Amino acid sequence: MELLTNILAAMVVAGTPLLLVALGELICERSGVLNLGQEGMMLMGAVAGFVATLSTGSLALGVAVAILAGVGMSLLFAFMAVTLAANQYAAGLALTIFGTGLSAFVGAGFVGESIDGFDRVAIPLLSNLPVIGRVFFHQDPLVYFSLVACAGIALFLHQSRGGLLLRAVGESPESANANGLKVLTIRYLAVAFGGAMAGLAGAYLSLAYTPMWTENMTAGRGWIALALVVFATWRPERVLLGAYLFGAASILHLVLQGLGWRASTELLAMLPYVVTIVMLILLSFNPVRTRLNTPLSLGQPYRPGH
Amino acid sequence: MLQLERRPVDSSLMRWASPVLALVLTVITGFVLFLALGKDPVEGLTFFFITPISDLVGLAELGLKMAPLLLCAAGLTVCYRAKLWNIGAEGHFLMGALGASVVAVALVDMSGFWVLPVVLLAGVLAGMLWAGIASGLKTYLNCNEILTTIMLNYIALNLLLYTVHGPLKDPMGFGFPQSVMFADSALLPALIPGTRLHLGLAFGLLAAVAVWVLFARSFIGFQLNVVGQDHRAAAFAGFGARRLTWFAFLVGGATAGLAGASEVTGPIGQLVPQVSPGYGYTAIIVVFLGRMHALGIIAASALLALTFIGGEMLQIAMNMPKAVTGLFQGLLLFYLLTCDAFIHYRIRLRAPVRKPTHVAAPAATQEA
Repeated sequence: MELLTNILAAMVVAGTPLLLVALGELICERSGVLNLGQEGMMLMGAVAGFVATLSTGSLALGVAVAILAGVGMSLLFAFMAVTLAANQYAAGLALTIFGTGLSAFVGAGFVGESIDGFDRVAIPLLSNLPVIGRVFFHQDPLVYFSLVACAGIALFLHQSRGGLLLRAVGESPESANANGLKVLTIRYLAVAFGGAMAGLAGAYLSLAYTPMWTENMTAGRGWIALALVVFATWRPERVLLGAYLFGAASILHLVLQGLGWRASTELLAMLPYVVTIVMLILLSFNPVRTRLNTPLSLGQPYRPGH
Repeated sequence: MLQLERRPVDSSLMRWASPVLALVLTVITGFVLFLALGKDPVEGLTFFFITPISDLVGLAELGLKMAPLLLCAAGLTVCYRAKLWNIGAEGHFLMGALGASVVAVALVDMSGFWVLPVVLLAGVLAGMLWAGIASGLKTYLNCNEILTTIMLNYIALNLLLYTVHGPLKDPMGFGFPQSVMFADSALLPALIPGTRLHLGLAFGLLAAVAVWVLFARSFIGFQLNVVGQDHRAAAFAGFGARRLTWFAFLVGGATAGLAGASEVTGPIGQLVPQVSPGYGYTAIIVVFLGRMHALGIIAASALLALTFIGGEMLQIAMNMPKAVTGLFQGLLLFYLLTCDAFIHYRIRLRAPVRKPTHVAAPAATQEA
């Protein structure tokens, strides 16, 4: 029981960065914009947050700077993909390549430095619950934030006027425009929100998960998040489940080592990527389900009056 | 007011001016960056762009780095022309290196002219296998190729790390994760004696020529172009999308696999964990910068090869982080895509024309 609780708690921690970045991408895609630059934005968030915390000693400031870095990167993307109506695949790919290079450059002097990351904060009463208490209510503040954000985004999408406008823009920018909505503004806001969440997810890696900076420390999580959003059929509550599933896949090698299995670290490290491919294959068995749930204008640039 | 306006016809001047403009903007940004870091910008740019290629050895090093970029880019060009977003050249490359190494280590005691071709073929086949997985996932299971190829890149990297730490590890290597040195019969011959430049560059140039022939002279190249520009039209014409997808992916896998095989049998001579500094990803920039054209990708691969050795030069001469290479490459691609917008659009310096609502104005039709 003790072991199971520990595994579940580690699964939540490993799933949190995926949850954060996937929630941001979900909002972005709901507005019809596909941003493949998640990896680049996460890396910039990770390095910016780490450098800010290292030089000021403040974790809160680190998180704030990471979010700003993510937003800044996402605005570059928005300029290309929304204002200039560039190909969203190419623009997103450019953002990832640019972010990978820039973060390595900025962080080059900080490899090997270490900081005191986020501590766990037990929530009174709730943390005393058996199993659940340890798994969900004895974690660091960013885990709590991710859970609140997930609930908030689910409410926003389906219960608020703002969510309705966002979905309208994503389904049919032409109709939204005809109804007087500012399509480009709403898309900019959605992309920026995605950037903020990706920056935060990066900060989670460099300030809480492993409090240090290494090049390419996101290890493909930004890409996995993209698959996760499709798998979750653009619904926040399913993103939560999917993120923890991936969390489980990425800590499996620790579990097996804990159980005394002798398996190669490198082979087990493939697991999250293999799981992603398997997930994509599972999706293909029901293409109608995916097609019905995809925001209709996803990936298509929109220019008013053309 | 600045207004972005769709051109009636795409600008072919801008199509080729855009890469040059992007390079100029990147150099200007580099200039500002050096100033901001308190370094001499002229000296910095000289070390980056000119010093590395100011002698024969330097030029040979440029060719050495060009070879894998050009090979990977040639294969990716075939995919991207058909709008197949294969991001997997890095994975094909790593598998090519791995496949070639496995065979080279098995044949380490053999001599004879046949050893090298067999080793290279193993690399090509391993690259094709990896691309074939992505192709099968796309054609039969409709999986998005961007995500599958990225995931396959990470899997290939871990497979290579496993092999080099495990089965292929040199028992006499003092615990270093590397294979034994290959036999001389498995090594690529040098192109220019006394330098490290090897036959790989010739493979790259041949691949570029093959790309030119494919798209300028062959029916399958025409079909790939049509699929890329309008896949509905291609379907009406009866071009088999599935067959063309397989073709493009397998070509991409074969060239990138050959690039990986050439890297381990060329300058390295054994399998090591850091066999690629990201050639497969940089090749994507080469394809975009080279306008998916044979001559273009040759020029672009030379420029991007220069960013690799320029970065090393800055590290040695000016104590800058080596990551300046990645930064430069990212900036270049970013500026390129921004400039590319002006192939389709132009900027107008006047207020938008308001269409008259009830007067049928012949002037307005003339303007359109």
